[in-house]
Amino acid sequence: MMPTRRKERLIALIILATLLFTPPLLLVTERLGPGALTLSVFLAWAAVIALAAWLLEGGRRE
Amino acid sequence: MSWRSEATVLAVAFGYLALLFLIAAWGDRRAERGRSIIGSPTIYALSIAVYCTAWTFYGSVGRAAETGPSFLLIYLGPTLAMLLAPFVTRKMVRIARAQRLTSIADFISARYGKSTGLGALVALIALVGITPYIALQLKAITLSHAVLVDYPEATGGTLENAPFWADKSFWVALVLAVFIILFGTRHLDASERHEGMVAAIAFESLVKLTAFLAVGAFTVFVLYRGPGELFARVAETPALLEVLGLAAVPGGALGWVGTLALAFLAFLGLPRQFQVMVVENVDERHITRAAWLFPLYLLAINLFVMPIALAGLLGDAGGNPDGFVLTLPLGTGAEGLPLLVFIGGLSAATGMMIVETIALSTMVSNQLVMPLLLRARLLPRGGQGALAGWVLGVRRLAILAILLLGYGYHALVGDAYSLVTIGLVSFAAAAQFTPALLIGLYWRGANRMGAGLGLTAGFVLWAWTLLIPGFAQSGWLDAGFLTQGPFGIEWLRPYALFGLEGWDIYTHALLWSLVANVGLLVGVSLFTRQSSLEQTQAALFTEALHPRLDQASLGHAGHTPRGELRALLDRYLGAATTARVFAEEPDQDDRHPASPALVARGERALAGALGSASARVLIDSVVRGEALDLPALLSILDTTSETLEMNRRLEQKSRELERAGEALREANERLRELDRLKDEFVAMVSHELRTPLTSIRAFAEILRDHRDLPDDKREHFLEVVVRESQRLSRLIEEILDLARLESGRLTLHPERLDLAELARRGVEAMQRPLEERGITLEVAFEADAAPVIGDPDRLEQVVINLLDNAGKFADATAPRVRLTLARHKRGFRLAVEDNGAGIAEDERERVFEKFHQIQHQDDGAPRARPRGSGLGLPISRGIVAHLGGRLWVEDAPTLGGACLVMELPEAPDDDAAPPTPPTAPASPAAE
Repeated sequence: MMPTRRKERLIALIILATLLFTPPLLLVTERLGPGALTLSVFLAWAAVIALAAWLLEGGRRE
Repeated sequence: MSWRSEATVLAVAFGYLALLFLIAAWGDRRAERGRSIIGSPTIYALSIAVYCTAWTFYGSVGRAAETGPSFLLIYLGPTLAMLLAPFVTRKMVRIARAQRLTSIADFISARYGKSTGLGALVALIALVGITPYIALQLKAITLSHAVLVDYPEATGGTLENAPFWADKSFWVALVLAVFIILFGTRHLDASERHEGMVAAIAFESLVKLTAFLAVGAFTVFVLYRGPGELFARVAETPALLEVLGLAAVPGGALGWVGTLALAFLAFLGLPRQFQVMVVENVDERHITRAAWLFPLYLLAINLFVMPIALAGLLGDAGGNPDGFVLTLPLGTGAEGLPLLVFIGGLSAATGMMIVETIALSTMVSNQLVMPLLLRARLLPRGGQGALAGWVLGVRRLAILAILLLGYGYHALVGDAYSLVTIGLVSFAAAAQFTPALLIGLYWRGANRMGAGLGLTAGFVLWAWTLLIPGFAQSGWLDAGFLTQGPFGIEWLRPYALFGLEGWDIYTHALLWSLVANVGLLVGVSLFTRQSSLEQTQAALFTEALHPRLDQASLGHAGHTPRGELRALLDRYLGAATTARVFAEEPDQDDRHPASPALVARGERALAGALGSASARVLIDSVVRGEALDLPALLSILDTTSETLEMNRRLEQKSRELERAGEALREANERLRELDRLKDEFVAMVSHELRTPLTSIRAFAEILRDHRDLPDDKREHFLEVVVRESQRLSRLIEEILDLARLESGRLTLHPERLDLAELARRGVEAMQRPLEERGITLEVAFEADAAPVIGDPDRLEQVVINLLDNAGKFADATAPRVRLTLARHKRGFRLAVEDNGAGIAEDERERVFEKFHQIQHQDDGAPRARPRGSGLGLPISRGIVAHLGGRLWVEDAPTLGGACLVMELPEAPDDDAAPPTPPTAPASPAAE
């Protein structure tokens, strides 16, 4: 069973990822210039994966 | 010999397929020996990467070239879905394992009361929706092969003039059919894992990733000197900059959200993803690793998509953007890399076809064909294991049929679509399964009627808004109905249903099909009843993670002779499987009724081979009486969940009570301690007062009773009486001081004074008494003047007390005491040290306790020391604290014994007003 606190953090991460992957946040990054949207999606994507890895792997040692 | 000659390419391609056979055979052999190679979370994550098909490999670049960053959505959706996997997929794996479910059709059918009709419907939708997707893989193989061999001549990629046996993808389809029959239908039980196949799929995932990264690195670092140069070139071409923004995405922001939702739902509903994630899962814990590792794979394989697309558009490649991955390296004259890319594309295509075909063939045989054969009583009567061969035969035929169907679609219709169009149309079909799947997992009230109607409506709307318009666009239907609607009815126009115009076609189709699908599923479920079996299955699914749910204990309550059950299993599964099912209860008579657990085991074994719906039908044919004891199950679930909830609350309450109890115990302990201290204090005060009183009384009585005492004796006795009286009054004074300090009523008269002057006075006062006791007193003033705010009398009392105290504890043979005064930061430190034994670390605070010193002396000091009241230090600390300073013990820096340090803040300048004395209770300040 996953500890409750880890579940809560994972759900928060899913919400964060959804926000990062969709407008209106994306519209903000698009205004930064051509290519900024694609770049920001990649950065957000990498950050979400890193957080998920930290959460799901680190938690195992708790 | 050229790397790109027909013969070389064919040899490499079929050589690669042969390698897959070897890997799969190796995987299966290892599994038979009990040394599984797929029992690793990394292999599991790599097998999920079967999601990345030829569509990803070639189509992503094409999509990026045409619609900018929207290609990312196809991978961001699954990323979100995988983050949910520890919740959703885990539950699905648990259920599929408990009920031996073999496909997504079986899963949905089982959830809604093991409904044969629903299973068939899902299988049918999957077949119609996914066949184009298989065709797409074959098309990619044909096209990439043509590009590789014919470059630089433009290739039409059409098959119109060529016979089917000249098309390489036909042969690839046949080889794959052999592969899948060999490694996908080894076991009759489809719920058993295909270890060899999974190993081959994981290997294919590595190959396609390597190939794509290689061509990406080649484009960025060989064609251009790094991303900087590539993007500088792009920046010079304004038309290309537009490809990078949201404006290039069909439907803009709305289209973005729609495609993201589509990819999310399709990922959960695609039969092949269900196959690798749920059916082939060997360990639930692998899901946790895959939840981030698979998204990482997706990120890696997409890293170079945009650069390749931009490089292709910059004019270095030309032709169809779907082929940039090949034409870019071909354009430079490279030969080995294009071949590697071709193999990467081949691995992406074959991986998808293998898994998808296994999933579809299981669905077709278990949900469509076998129920029909059972119902029509077309199966031959026969003895042991007679039907096992039939089941496998049906599945193998289905494999061949599905691949040929895919090939036929590719040969007849395939040319009319781009890769992306076919892919997204299939996605929208698969997305129709997700509502019944997800809602069924979490809402017990969802029922068969609702799911069936929802799926049907979703499927019809999908066909109307995406599939049929595709036929119209390829010229098979009159294109006029796209613009004017059927029979001129405008609001039925497929791309603007009910007048909803301006949306991209996929978001449009997804919206209408999902609204109908979810709306009917929920709405109908709310107004219709579930059968008892549906209720049981709904409860088993929604409560699958329930810690006490033991599905094995929920069996049939009817009466079935063991012999009949044995005969049934023998016929369909063969003797070996039957023996395994009966292994736990071997010694009973076959005329006895089978236990509910045995019937449940038998049904699960049948479900693994035939699907849950057919298994149900067969078991019902031999079981007489009530099927499952539903009320008992529901009450188990309800009572256990209630009990669990109650237990949880009780645990919480008891934890709170425990905390409260602990606090009370501590408070009580403290009160006892205070009471004990009070008693001790009173006892000590009485003792301290009695000692001088006893002497005074004794000497006074001697003087009264012996009036003829010599003068010198009388004088000595009177001196003693006076000295003891002084000691008594000093003691009483100290006790009163302490009481005043502790109650906060001690009145101080603070004024500006020189601590150095005051210390000198203290030293003068103590010089003689210390000398008389043989103690050497050293003084070191590092500050000439030390202005502080203090009560001069009280501070002098403190200094004298410290000196007196140090004298008592100095070394017995050569006692030394040293007083130093120095500036420290914004204050002054007066330290008095001795050369005695020092004070242990844990004793340092206790010396400030009342009467502590007396105990210390009683503990057996090496020599008799002048007695004190034991109140000096507590009083001193109280006074110093009252004046805003501190008093503590540390190691003596020079003499090596104990050192008592008093610190007082420096007084402000003369013109500043003297501070008012603190009014807070002056309990001895802790450091």
